Amino acid sequence: MILRTLFSGDMPRSRVLTVLLLLILAGLLLTPFVFPGAKSTNVAAKICIFIVLVSSFDLVLGYTGIVSFAHTMFFGIGAYGVAIALTHLGPTWGAVATGVAVALVLSLALSLLIGLFSLRVKAMFYAMITLAVATAFMTLASQLSDITGGEDGLSFKVPTLLQPSFSLREAPFMGVSLDGKLISFYLLMAVTIVLFLVMLRIVNSPFGRVLQAIRENEFRAEALGYRTVVYRTVSNVLSALFATLAGCLLALWLRYNGPDTSLSFEIMIDILLMVVIGGMGTMYGSIVGATLFLVAQNYLQDLMKIGSTAAGGVPFLRNLLAPDRWLLWLGLLFILSVYRFPTGIVGRLRSKRSAA
Amino acid sequence: MTFALETQDLTIRFGGHVAVNAVSCGFEPGTLTAIVGPNGAGKTTYFNLVSGQLKATSGKVFLHGQDISSASAPQRSRRGIGRAFQLTNLFPHLTVLENIRLAVQSRAGLGLNLWSIWSDHRELIGRAEEILETVALAGKRDWAAAALPHGDQRKLEVAILMALEPDVFMFDEPTAGMSVDEVPVILDLIRGLKTRSDKTILLVEHKMDVVRELSDRIIVLHNGALVADGAPAEVIASPIVQEAYLGIEVAK
Ligand SMILES: Nc1ncnc2c1ncn2[C@@H]1O[C@H](COP(=O)(O)OP(=O)(O)O)[C@@H](O)[C@H]1O
Ligand SMILES: [Mg+2]
Repeated sequence: MILRTLFSGDMPRSRVLTVLLLLILAGLLLTPFVFPGAKSTNVAAKICIFIVLVSSFDLVLGYTGIVSFAHTMFFGIGAYGVAIALTHLGPTWGAVATGVAVALVLSLALSLLIGLFSLRVKAMFYAMITLAVATAFMTLASQLSDITGGEDGLSFKVPTLLQPSFSLREAPFMGVSLDGKLISFYLLMAVTIVLFLVMLRIVNSPFGRVLQAIRENEFRAEALGYRTVVYRTVSNVLSALFATLAGCLLALWLRYNGPDTSLSFEIMIDILLMVVIGGMGTMYGSIVGATLFLVAQNYLQDLMKIGSTAAGGVPFLRNLLAPDRWLLWLGLLFILSVYRFPTGIVGRLRSKRSAA
Repeated sequence: MTFALETQDLTIRFGGHVAVNAVSCGFEPGTLTAIVGPNGAGKTTYFNLVSGQLKATSGKVFLHGQDISSASAPQRSRRGIGRAFQLTNLFPHLTVLENIRLAVQSRAGLGLNLWSIWSDHRELIGRAEEILETVALAGKRDWAAAALPHGDQRKLEVAILMALEPDVFMFDEPTAGMSVDEVPVILDLIRGLKTRSDKTILLVEHKMDVVRELSDRIIVLHNGALVADGAPAEVIASPIVQEAYLGIEVAK
């Protein structure tokens, strides 16, 4: 019963998926203890942040059927909000709250504006408009270097509790020092879980059901009495707000923010891939997609280095497996997975169940 | 008495083509009016103008005496104009039950509820299941709408309209393309509605025996204009209908 409420009646509905999700959860929870080193914890933290970001993208793309390229702009607003506030107001929780609040208000206003002015137009034009706005914002962010740090970005201090130098106790616990970085990581995980469950609730609310109806047949939804512009706008705004929160988390984790970390179109493409690989319109797909993608992105190169060395004798193979080629392989993996699982991994796993 | 629904000089032009031409007509509550006319006469377009899917070039629409000419389609739906479409118009990948439940949910005004779990609203699901029974689709409640055979899709289309519980029901050839044994289910539903004195029904239908049996009144559209209006027997006997419409029927 509690589980039903927590998961909003939308359980994974596939045994394999349930196991997969539990594995991901356990893997993330245990990362600092099982995989020591800064890199693995960094990857795990990024996975958490991207779970929030990709879920929020799924809310508009997968559930409402809106193609928006402005999603990373809201991610960037969150990251800049926290970065600018902490840089100028000092490393206090009050500064964090101020940064988050200002970023949320800005995202709310912007997404509302974009929504009201352009959600009536055809999907293709909407995608173009968001692309234009996002580009303008990116230019603005690098131009206003007094505030944003320009291309260099901003490095700043976070509140004491989250600082790497902060320590809960002198002696390490199970070989891991209980420092601010560890606290940051578990706080980040907790926030991720809460935000994910909130989004899961939204898509499984009566409102979320209307979003799916609009995606399926907007004309019919109107004939049923649903003002689709209102629903699309609300969905757009909510999605922007969650993306903003993901951006806040990113800045807090990195203690840095610049245009490349939160605003670049590369991130836009990455989250598009993650949501498609995981399965659009499933929410759980964003967990699976973000995890697989980021693990591949961060460890494929290592794996290929091993492969390339092993294939040392065969020049062609060695070239093919050269670590520089990892993007090619990632691209191939992506094409293959879309081709094999057009409904994403989650869609695939769920349909297997209903066929059985 | 005020009409449940009334149109005054309702007109729409597509370029130079006048698809609906100055149609003025009032519909009394508790009556069923059949709208007949050959293909391309403007029947569906007239419905689109009344339910707000198309904006009229000129003319007005009144619901219970109130001018709703500038209201949008969703507003008109919420105010009590319900519409079943001639070309089946469903949520293809959602289940049969969900198609109906969405209409029930709209009727209940719950659409903007963001924080409850949809499946906790048992009353909405229960109501949708009830309606599913009345169109004999209960056995297919979990099918995707797109997977239904044509006749069942037509039934679902009508079921969605029923779920909206409007004051004005607009059926656009509800039995077209249905097999003979499926038709009675739909006709029984319409008969059931007829017993309600507060409901107003507009029915576009080609089957003359059905029209004769169900309607209190027939209006005839031809080239977008209203060319005949009166009691069923009288209109069917009129030369204009014999020529413009029944001529086609006889030829079949
Ligand atoms: N959206 C539209 N654009 C242009 N012409 C239209 C449109 N909708 C309907 N028409 C034209 O209006 C006329 C009436 O069509 P319709 O209302 O569908 O007739 P009926 O339902 O009586 O068979 C037809 O000539 C049709 O081609
Ligand atoms: Mg028609």
